[in-house]
Formats: sequence, structure tokens, C-alpha cells
Amino acid sequence: MPLLSVRNLTTRFATDRGVVRAVSGVSFDLEEGEVLGLVGESGSGKSVTALSIMRLVPEPPGRVTADAIEFDGLDLMRLSEAEAREIRGARMAMVFQDPMRSLNPVLTIGRQTTEVLRRHQKLDGKAARRRAIELLEMVGIPMAERRLGAYPHQFSGGMRQRVMIAMALSCNPRLLIADEATTALDVTIQAQIIDLVKRLQRDRGTAVIWISHDLGVVAGLCDRVNVMYAGTVVESGPIRRLFHRPGHGYTVGLMGSTPRVDGAAAHRLTPIEGLPPNLIDPITLCPFLPRCRVAVAACHERPPAPRQFAAGHWAACFADLVR
Amino acid sequence: MSRLLEVDGLDVHYGAVKAVDGLSFGVDRGRTLGLVGESGCGKSTTGYAILQLVRPSAGRVLFDGADLCRLDTASLRRLRRKLQIIFQDAHASLNPRLPVGDLVGEALDIHGLFPGAARAGRIRELLDLVGLAGHLIERYPHELSGGQAQRVAICRALAVEPELIVCDEPVSALDVSIQAQIVNLLQDLQQRLGLAYIFISHDLSVVRHMSDEVAVMYLGKIVELAGKERIYAAPAHPYTRSLLSAVPVPDPDLEAKRQRIILKGDLPDPAHPPSGCRFRTRCPITIERCAAGDPPPQPLAAGHWAKCIRLSEGS
Repeated sequence: MPLLSVRNLTTRFATDRGVVRAVSGVSFDLEEGEVLGLVGESGSGKSVTALSIMRLVPEPPGRVTADAIEFDGLDLMRLSEAEAREIRGARMAMVFQDPMRSLNPVLTIGRQTTEVLRRHQKLDGKAARRRAIELLEMVGIPMAERRLGAYPHQFSGGMRQRVMIAMALSCNPRLLIADEATTALDVTIQAQIIDLVKRLQRDRGTAVIWISHDLGVVAGLCDRVNVMYAGTVVESGPIRRLFHRPGHGYTVGLMGSTPRVDGAAAHRLTPIEGLPPNLIDPITLCPFLPRCRVAVAACHERPPAPRQFAAGHWAACFADLVR
Repeated sequence: MSRLLEVDGLDVHYGAVKAVDGLSFGVDRGRTLGLVGESGCGKSTTGYAILQLVRPSAGRVLFDGADLCRLDTASLRRLRRKLQIIFQDAHASLNPRLPVGDLVGEALDIHGLFPGAARAGRIRELLDLVGLAGHLIERYPHELSGGQAQRVAICRALAVEPELIVCDEPVSALDVSIQAQIVNLLQDLQQRLGLAYIFISHDLSVVRHMSDEVAVMYLGKIVELAGKERIYAAPAHPYTRSLLSAVPVPDPDLEAKRQRIILKGDLPDPAHPPSGCRFRTRCPITIERCAAGDPPPQPLAAGHWAKCIRLSEGS
């Protein structure tokens, strides 16, 4: 049985201009110890998918529906807010892009790291402090003990993100969701953080949902990828298949747009022309059709159903990209 | 032939913080110099100092032979027409109260270009040049997507017919598909108009696509400079090498095989930089002698040098 099973997740937001369908009918499974990448551009629904699973979407204006979101034997859709709060931080934890906004600027690092431990693991002051030092050392913060008294602004961006990861891991969660966790960091610091996440995942078997717009980071870290566009998963597959034999026009477009540091002389990029669709208007055909370079006749007639290419690899695309 | 822009011994010091320290480089007409490095390395400050948006503490910035650092305000203003800048956050750089047409028109008006009847036609021509549809002319910045706003910013820069554009992280805030549109647009404009660019970015992949030459900065200094092909194929400075090794590539097989040089720790406090080579506190191959003095540039090949004393050891 998978650790997380999401079926037909749909998240809408009521706005002045109409209902925005941020996520439309997303389904996937995540196995224990697996690293799943969610890739796509701004507004594709990656973050809202994660927030919906974490039950962090404010309702209203949001409205989350799903046939099922099962996690670790629990039906997350049926949890009360109080029950959800017990699960969050303990069994599933999340790290966001901007640690400065997640950390409280007026509380010390020590106070914030021990708070989670006292709350969820019921540790007393001394034990929580000891454990917090251990955790901070584990994520590579030197002289952790002396730094407990520091405030977030006294830490660099990379160090703050390490603190967030330490806090997220403090209760040994079975699922870690990282939302663009390294996007704001410099590449050398990003490499440190990814190295850390890989090690933790290997040592503890934590399942990870890694949200990123960066195909390079995903290629190096994930076992499997869901490519999202306009609130839907348009392609899903094991990492090697997806990168070497992409099956959706959008995935191909993303790869053609991505500049690389390696390989032969830099070629001209092949951008995806136009803009993503407005998610207020109803989308009846393939949402990527107006920007697609490989569209075929059928694309103009009906919406594409998922086509299976190999075990675990499918795409909702009529074009015969995978042969 | 003299270069379009020649920067010589450029310093921007804020008290103890040497944000830019002794930079020398140049750019030819129609060419692109990429300036790369991590946050706080001084790459944006360098761009601003070239345009005299921050005043350099020392050094020369020769544009077409004239030293911008020595010009009075009026002459500088006249010359600024030839040097333009675009920023990462295009929305923030556009006046929210003006529609697109006036944003572009304003640039023309300031320099007295295309007055009267010619103005409207020129605005349309410019919008067309950057691939903006005519109907956007009446839109306000908040109605534009990030990519459209960056096109308007580029359009404003082009309106005054510059010879050099400083591009400060122009695509960093954009989604990858839109980023590729703007990269291609900048390349096309360079071809058509013979523009020179200083392309500032933390993204080594984008810089590779845009640049002819690349300068790598660390804590206010250029540590390595070379032609694009050379620096990506044969990086010499240990900082360049670790930086390149840290950039992920979108290929799982290559990623699985790659050897990363993971740097320890964070950037040192710029107010108290290490003595000698500034990179030595994080350098994987540092030796005692690195603390002794600022390493001189080691010539490695035509147009390629790096500041590392270990490069002169026989290898």
C-alpha cells in the first residue's frame, strides 16, 4: 500500500473575477521512501497540490475536494482541523521557499526548534534542547549549541533553510514536502542542501515530494516526476524515462526551453510561445494546445486521455512522441 | 581598435566593504560579456557603477573613449542614451500609472527623439521590435505578465537607441518557457541592432547561452575570465570549478555520474574578507601561501586568465 494516495484532487478558489480552478482532478501515489518531483511553471498547481494535501488551504476562499487523500492509513479529507494539526509537523512536514517568512523573526532559533519537539514529542525543556542541538548539527550547522540563542536575521539564507529542514525533520516525518526549497539559494548552497536531503532520505527512508521548476534539480534528486500544467498532471513517469522519452508536448517544450551548462556548444533555445491559460475560463481541450508545437488533428476535437507508454509512464497527449 | 567599453581598476567601496575591488574588463560592439557569481559578489554593483548609478570609488569606465567617471552631470546624461539597463523585476521598474504606450513614449521624450507626429509610429515600431502586440499599448503594468513587462522594459531601453545594455538578472524571475523567449529576443536584438550586453546573472546556464566572454566574480573580484567555450569546457579557478559542478543538469544519467565539489560553509563577511585570496576559506585546494597576498592573474591561454597561485604549479 502506498504511503500517500491522492485521488481526483480538485482545489478551487473563489475570486472577484470568478472561480479559479487551481488544481483539477490530480491523482497519484507515493511509495514509502520515494522522491517524487512536481514540476511545472508558476500557476501550474504544484504548490496548491501540496498545500491541499497538508490541509493548509484556507476554506473559504478555497475549496478542496477529492475522492480520497489517504496518508499512512488515514483519510486526510475526513480529519478535523485539530486532528490535521497533530499530523502536520509530526507525520508530514513541509519546507517552503522563503525561510525568512516561515521563521518568526522575534524568537530565537532555539525557541523555534524546541517548540516543535515540545508540542509533538512532549519533550521537556532540557530534552528538547538536547534534541534541537542534535538536529541542527545533523543538518550541518556548526556550533549549534552556541547558535540556539541567535535570531533568524543573524543566519544566512542557506543556514535558515537548514533550520527549516531540521525543524521539519524533528519528529521523523514519514513525508517531507519541499516547495521550491532551494530556489532562492545560490547554487553552491543549493548543492549542500540537496546533498543533505538525499542523505536524510537514504538514511531514514523519508518519502519526499520535491516541488521545483528546475528540471536539473529534479533530474538529480527524484525517482519519479509529475509534470503539471494548468492544474492537471499532464505526464508522469520514472525519472529516466521521462527525461529521455518525454511523452507530452509540454514536457518537450520545458526541456527545449531549459538552458544547460553541459554538452556541446550552446544551441538556440526553443521557447514555448505564448502564455499559460487563465484558469477561470473553462478548459475543454488539452490546456496546452494553444502553445503546443506538436499538436495533431485529434487535439482540436476532444480532450486527451492518459496514454500508458510503459510501467508507470503515461501522458495525456495525442501526439506520438514516445515510440 | 579600441573597445566599446573598457573598465579599468574599478572600485566601489562602502567603508570597509569592498563591494567591487579592482575590476578590469572590456566589451566590444555587438558582443556580450557575462558576469556571474553568487549573491553578494558585486556583479550588480559593477553594472550600476558602469552606468554611474553608484559612483565608483576609483578606476575608469571608458565608453567609446570617454571616462564616464569624470563627466559632469549634463554630459553624462547625454551619453547615458548610449548605455541602458534592464532589471530583474521589470514590474518594479515600470511606472504603474502609465500605460505601455506612454512608458515607451516617455523614453523618447526625455531625449527629444521622434517628436510630434512621428512619436506614435515610432512607439508601434518599437513594440513590434520586442514582439509586443499593438493592443497592449493601452495596458497598464499590472495588467502585464512578467514576460510582457520585461519586453516593455527592453522596449524602453531600445527607444533611445543604445549601444550597450546592462542586463541585470533580466530573466531570473521568469518561468523557464518565458525565460527562453526573452533570451532569444535579446539575442535577436543584438544581431539586428549590433548591441553590446553586459549580462549579469547568477545562472550559469543562461549566461552560457547569452555570452561571448564570461567573468566569474567572488567577493568583489573577478577570479577568472575567458571566452565562453573555454570557461565552460576548461574552468581553471577552483571557485569556477565548484560553481560549475554545482549547477544541476537536466539529465538523470549525467546527474547520477557527476562529481560535485561541495563547498563548505557560507560566503565570508564582506566587511572582513579573508587576507590574500578571498576564496581560500572555502577553497578545497588552499595552501598556506594563499593567505599571503592577492593572487595575480595567471594567463592560461589567449583571453583566459584566473587568479589562483596553484595554477602555476606544474600539473
